[in-house]
Amino acid sequence: MIKVRIPTPLQKLTNGKAEVECSAKTVAELVDVLDKDYPGMKDRLSEGGKIRRFINIYVNEEDIRFVNKEETSLKDGDAISIVPAIAGGNWNSTSSQLAASSASEYDYI
Amino acid sequence: MDFTEDQILRYSRHILLPEVGGDGQEKLLKAKVVLVGAGGLGSPVGYYLAAAGVGTIGVIDNDRVELSNLQRQIAHNTARLGVLKADSAKETYETLNHDVKVVTHKERLTSANIKNIIKDYDIVVDGSDNFPTRYLVNDACVMLKKTLVSAAVFRFEGQVMTIVPGEGPCYRCLFEVPPPPGMVPSCQEAGILGVVTGVVGTLQATEVIKMVLGIGQPLKGRLLLWNALDMNFRTVKVPWNKECPVCGERPTIKELIDYEQFCSLSH
Repeated sequence: MIKVRIPTPLQKLTNGKAEVECSAKTVAELVDVLDKDYPGMKDRLSEGGKIRRFINIYVNEEDIRFVNKEETSLKDGDAISIVPAIAGGNWNSTSSQLAASSASEYDYI
Repeated sequence: MDFTEDQILRYSRHILLPEVGGDGQEKLLKAKVVLVGAGGLGSPVGYYLAAAGVGTIGVIDNDRVELSNLQRQIAHNTARLGVLKADSAKETYETLNHDVKVVTHKERLTSANIKNIIKDYDIVVDGSDNFPTRYLVNDACVMLKKTLVSAAVFRFEGQVMTIVPGEGPCYRCLFEVPPPPGMVPSCQEAGILGVVTGVVGTLQATEVIKMVLGIGQPLKGRLLLWNALDMNFRTVKVPWNKECPVCGERPTIKELIDYEQFCSLSH
């Protein structure tokens, strides 16, 4: 089995679970397997079969972008980390920055 | 440099450490560090840097203290509601340690002002809460070759990385582009456990002090991940990306990107 650490923003899909287990031979297969167990996961993690650019996937300590990308192979006992870019409490400020709203929404963290 | 008797006492627990000593304390007193934001992360960073005797601390923030800030932004207090955070932080830090000079920059960072603000500092500490600022700070630090201690928090989690341009990867090597707004939870859904900013900010302060002293292994080429709920610290490797748009072999970003342009790009 492979352990997958789910980041907080995606735990809605895993019913709050921070870690799930599954079996897959590659990262691409892992995304499909996760989506079967937790529908919506594939769309959150990837687009057109590629992992989204603001999300990194690590097999143990290694970033798959520098291994074999989506085809990076997995083996029993691997620990997978899904790590999205975060920017403080205010994920939406790329858009909300422009909108006039209360100052508190744009506070530095 | 001659220490006063008060300084010898004040910094005695530093000076006792062979890795710091009088020479290290002198480095701290001569160091110039600028904080992007005097909020949840910036507050503890500045607090510990002031206590450590970092001689010049810049504070970039144009917001005012609000009641909802005080659950985590420990540089401020109830009596200072409505006061500019840069002024409030200056008072807190200079009251703690008269050796520290706090320089306030009461403006929001933009592509037009950032280089001028950060150019005189040795180290930049990013405690911003939004992607446009985070990428702006990264790109400016790469262009000016400034060491950047970058961190972000979300609910119960934190990420920390130290960026030394020319020696290791930058934030864009880690995440080339920010998420489009539709892909992320709204501000109302976010929330943050106050103490998480304290832990992560204190980690940033630790990195700054190590960099000033030149001791230990900084989080260069490594991303530290911390989760308050399972209380695990983990690091993952961050290789330099030779295709990085700002610090790669053929950079495509040669000018700083404005928020507006950035937003339209990220849609």
